Amino acid sequence: MSIWQTVLTYLIVFAVGGALCLGAELLIVKTKLTPARILVIFLLFGVLLETVGVYKYIFQIAQAGISVPIVGFGASLARGAIEGVKDYGILGAFAGGLMRTAFGVGAAVAASYLVTLIFSPKSK
Amino acid sequence: MKILHRGENCHFVPAFSQEIVRESVRDIPSAGAVLHSGIRRGRQTFIFDDPPKIVGRWTVSGKKEGAGPVGQYIHSVYRDPKMGEKNFEMAEIDMLREAVDGAIKAGGYLPEDIDLFIAGDLLNQITTSSYVARELNIPYMGMYSACSTSSESLATAAFLINAGYIETAACATVSHFATAERQYRFPLEYGCQRPPYSQWTVTGAGCALLSKAGKGPAVTAATLGKVVDYGANDIGNMGAAMAPAAMDTLAAHFFETGTTPADYDLILTGDLGKLGSDILRELMRERGYPLLQNYIDCGTLIYASDQDVYQGGSGCGCSATVLNSFILEKMEAGQYKSVLLAATGALMSPQSCYQGETIPCISHAVVIRAGEA
Amino acid sequence: MTQSSENTRKRNERYDKYVKAVTPQSSVWRSLWRAFFVGGLTCILAQGFADLYRWVFPSWTADMVGNLTSVTVISLAILLTGLGIFDKIAKVGGAGSFLPITGFANAMASASMEFKSEGLIFGTSAKMFSVVGPVIVNGVVWSTVAGLIHFVIGFFM
Repeated sequence: MSIWQTVLTYLIVFAVGGALCLGAELLIVKTKLTPARILVIFLLFGVLLETVGVYKYIFQIAQAGISVPIVGFGASLARGAIEGVKDYGILGAFAGGLMRTAFGVGAAVAASYLVTLIFSPKSK
Repeated sequence: MKILHRGENCHFVPAFSQEIVRESVRDIPSAGAVLHSGIRRGRQTFIFDDPPKIVGRWTVSGKKEGAGPVGQYIHSVYRDPKMGEKNFEMAEIDMLREAVDGAIKAGGYLPEDIDLFIAGDLLNQITTSSYVARELNIPYMGMYSACSTSSESLATAAFLINAGYIETAACATVSHFATAERQYRFPLEYGCQRPPYSQWTVTGAGCALLSKAGKGPAVTAATLGKVVDYGANDIGNMGAAMAPAAMDTLAAHFFETGTTPADYDLILTGDLGKLGSDILRELMRERGYPLLQNYIDCGTLIYASDQDVYQGGSGCGCSATVLNSFILEKMEAGQYKSVLLAATGALMSPQSCYQGETIPCISHAVVIRAGEA
Repeated sequence: MTQSSENTRKRNERYDKYVKAVTPQSSVWRSLWRAFFVGGLTCILAQGFADLYRWVFPSWTADMVGNLTSVTVISLAILLTGLGIFDKIAKVGGAGSFLPITGFANAMASASMEFKSEGLIFGTSAKMFSVVGPVIVNGVVWSTVAGLIHFVIGFFM
């Protein structure tokens, strides 16, 4: 892989990731949607992309640009559920999503707990 | 940040409150205070013939308020928002406790001389006030009307003292940025942007000691507010939600006492912020009582414009801190002779807002006049 | 009754219009640019970690590299939350910092720290998901639906 290819990849990552966040910010500024609702909207967008099967093509080009925003989390959940169905039958639909995202969620729970033991919130 | 200001940019319908004025004028009895079974009062306004005096006062605040324009008048400023306690709620209790103790001491009283302790705060079930009352051994009335608690407690104490039931009462309110943030918004370390029209909860406590005897500025009248709801539902834009309530109470006060804004040296609102006080000016102009240079909002007074607090301070500690430090000090020095304080409160809860309710607001006003020199 | 409630509704409408006209809004272009920049940088950081892990562990599958990358980015965001730095970044970044999984991690860690004062069981443990709950619940429910759809499709094909 040449240096230019790497630079191009990083530019695409920056552009796609930035564009998604820009879209979310646009919703914040122009509508009364709260961050929680916007997160859910983008998450469901990711689930939809994976369900119809286009997510993996976008990921090949945009890589972290699409997987790091919450869209990637949604897609990962859906991917897990779909693969779960293939591996375990209908029950896999319930477990697959959590199994696939367990690394991130597990790390977040454990790290949050650890950080809570060490630090306290500060008044601004 | 581009600030659209009132005036040229606003599509405010001039006939906005014509019918509303007529409607509310109709249900107020004739102008001026009327005699009602021996008590001088209007429909909402009560005038005290033996006005209680503010004989002692004390304020406590956090670092940010201490660095603000009125910081030098605040009696004790704490750098540590936790005040060495385990959590912010306990710090809030400590602040209120210190304000009460300070005011009683400043008035030259002992806690057992105080007939009544009236206090309120912003937390669920007003726990802070009750925990302070637990240690005080004084009869206690807890009060909640959000940020207007400060003037409501002054009015209540004045009623009881004027009626002769009690001699002395301590009126205290407190709010803390960190505890209010948790209760009404998000965790402290949660990364979120505040909109430019939001306000900043004041970390501060103020206590005023009212007494029948003694010398000091006197609470001479009170106007109790009605709950007013103009359909605002943006929990971040408190100033706009509360301005109509302030307008309603102030207009009722001017109408029933036959005064105008020019009759007061200072007209204060509690925590409308910059935006809210601009809206109030507009509403009062519509209502026929244009506010003059003598109007200011405690929320805009407590922080400097470079303190990154958006529209200014809010919370029931805001008006209590400003009143009991800066305003009363200036009144004692003779700079202001008469002050009209209309603290405003938004009576919603986060749950009621999620359920799609609009924000009901209230404002109670008290008149404070400097004692004869 | 109907006349006065109609008046109230009209009054509220006018008031709402007036408030909208005078309420200051943040500069749209600046906040959009900031969200784009902070969001883009977060993704580049994650891409950097991913490339690093691919180089260090050439035998790992793409999925495992992805998992390790998310764990790294999430832990970093949680550490920054604990140090009280994350909310300062978020103040600038807006959507650029809450949309990436770093925002998800921050929401969990901040809730968990905030309610530490009620104890580790009723506070931290009970409230950890109070902000990110909607994301997890909706994600699980709709990914299950996605799985079921694929099950039905697979049944017919």
